[in-house]
Amino acid sequence: MTDTRKKELLRIAYEIRKEAVTAVYSAASGHPGGSLSIAEILAYLYFEEMNVDPADPKKADRDRFVLSKGHAAPGLYAALALRGFFPVEELKGLRQIDSVLQGHPDMKHIPGIDMSTGSLGLGISAACGMALSAKYQKQDWRVWSIVGDGESEEGQVWEAAMFAAHYKLDNLAIFVDWNGLQIDGPVAEVMNPTPLDEKFRAFGWNVISIDAHDLDAIEAAVTLAKETKGKPTAIIAKSVKGKGVSYMENEVSWHGSAPKSEQYEIAMSDLDAALAKLG
Amino acid sequence: MADKIATREAYGAALAEFGEKYDRLVVLDADLAAATKTGTFKKKFPNRFFDCGIAEGNMMVVAAGMAASGLIPFASSFAMFAAGRAFEQVRNAIGYPHLNVKIGATHAGISVGEDGATHQCLEDFATMRSIPGMVVMQPADAVEARAMVEAAIKYEGPCYMRFGRYAVPVLFDKDNYSFAIGKGIVMADGADVTIAATGLMVEQALAARELLAGEGILARVVNIHTIKPLDSELILKCAAETGAIVTAEEHNFIGGLGSAVCECVSGARPVPVLRVGVEDSFGRSGKVPPLMEYYGLTAAHIAEKAKEAVKLKK
Repeated sequence: MTDTRKKELLRIAYEIRKEAVTAVYSAASGHPGGSLSIAEILAYLYFEEMNVDPADPKKADRDRFVLSKGHAAPGLYAALALRGFFPVEELKGLRQIDSVLQGHPDMKHIPGIDMSTGSLGLGISAACGMALSAKYQKQDWRVWSIVGDGESEEGQVWEAAMFAAHYKLDNLAIFVDWNGLQIDGPVAEVMNPTPLDEKFRAFGWNVISIDAHDLDAIEAAVTLAKETKGKPTAIIAKSVKGKGVSYMENEVSWHGSAPKSEQYEIAMSDLDAALAKLG
Repeated sequence: MADKIATREAYGAALAEFGEKYDRLVVLDADLAAATKTGTFKKKFPNRFFDCGIAEGNMMVVAAGMAASGLIPFASSFAMFAAGRAFEQVRNAIGYPHLNVKIGATHAGISVGEDGATHQCLEDFATMRSIPGMVVMQPADAVEARAMVEAAIKYEGPCYMRFGRYAVPVLFDKDNYSFAIGKGIVMADGADVTIAATGLMVEQALAARELLAGEGILARVVNIHTIKPLDSELILKCAAETGAIVTAEEHNFIGGLGSAVCECVSGARPVPVLRVGVEDSFGRSGKVPPLMEYYGLTAAHIAEKAKEAVKLKK
């Protein structure tokens, strides 16, 4: 991609971060850390890669996205709003009783959500079912998903991994958000799922390891995933949890807590500074 | 009585039959196609059958993804694994988004027989019934099973269907039978007490009615093939007209049909409700007839309960 386009996408990633943190701040509740770590992936998928139409969110031939780590909903909602699926202003209703924006993605009521998720380990299976349906119906849309690194401790992730390879779901690719932290602490200390690359490879997947914040690397991985025939692709994306907000970066306490007003100001100024640097 | 056919046989045959008519129908199983009888469909439509291996949780959510993509997936396993092991997957990935998945759960109840407690699911009505928007059904015979499958295909939304392993008599005439989700069927009339039964207990209820007739008690027998949504209109009518109800099911007497009937009448038309079912215990291995005897799932036990219920009216 051109440098100009890359800059645009990076700008979008930071706008996603700002909106996600603002939503969590407004709700005084939610998951900022794992929303911030996937912003570039969301920006690339929704603004560059996926065939979606905000005016027709359920159109039959759209590419599907399943946020298997459903708690990163603020990030996904921000991407959807910025892409035009619903007004950005609605993000401030996150987790409020009069809003459709549930704490975790709800496909019944939120435009652009392809699968209700939140219970870990389930989204990847739903993505498999969608990918299998596309193949069965001889349609060429693709399925993208983001799975958490901690989430990969769920046995069902590996049931799905087996299934996807068995049915040769080469129209499915998952990003594993390898931010290294989960609620109880470092993933490696809580229940070490590594080596994830070797595990997915052993399950019959095409595996690519990238820096989750490098748009060139994301583009190269997506291209490779689409070119790979006969097997699904796992993109192990090394990320920084809380990326872009100084005090949240690599800090496990920001997995599922909301900033207070002063902290919110710092977050906005950090993110604005990053945007300013982009020019 | 005509031939005996297990409702799981009728389920497999119905899938194969309706596969012709409904092209969005696909079938998933978890390495039990030979037992759940989805193998009948697999043989006819190998490209529309997807084995998921012994991974029921994944299967349920794969089915959800397929329903979200416009297909009508039937996901099958034993009731224990469909409604037990995969409860959370069914609840969150099928129930919550109200996806058009049909769960065909076989080997429900005590009549699994020799395999024993780990495979005798007595809790599936309770778990499935507690999921908002889930339709929960169980046929009394092969004719009803076939009609239920087609009704489920036509219905838009999640359904849980419970089928048996054990061969049971055919009670209905295929040509004169019509099925409606949520509508109970009065099998025989009576004014003294109502026996509301489901599944293979309908046959026992009809036999109990004969026993009671010998003692001058006229029992009405209703077949409740849909546990949820319960035919509350019919149940309340029976409560009003007969004044007492006995429920009969091959399920724990906590959480199933008996509970549903109690919930229905308690607020609207309180009458005595006595529940015949497995009395809060696990199953065990054995041949089916002695097992049914052991757990009191018999016409004689239903008749006893009916007499008690009649006494409670006074």
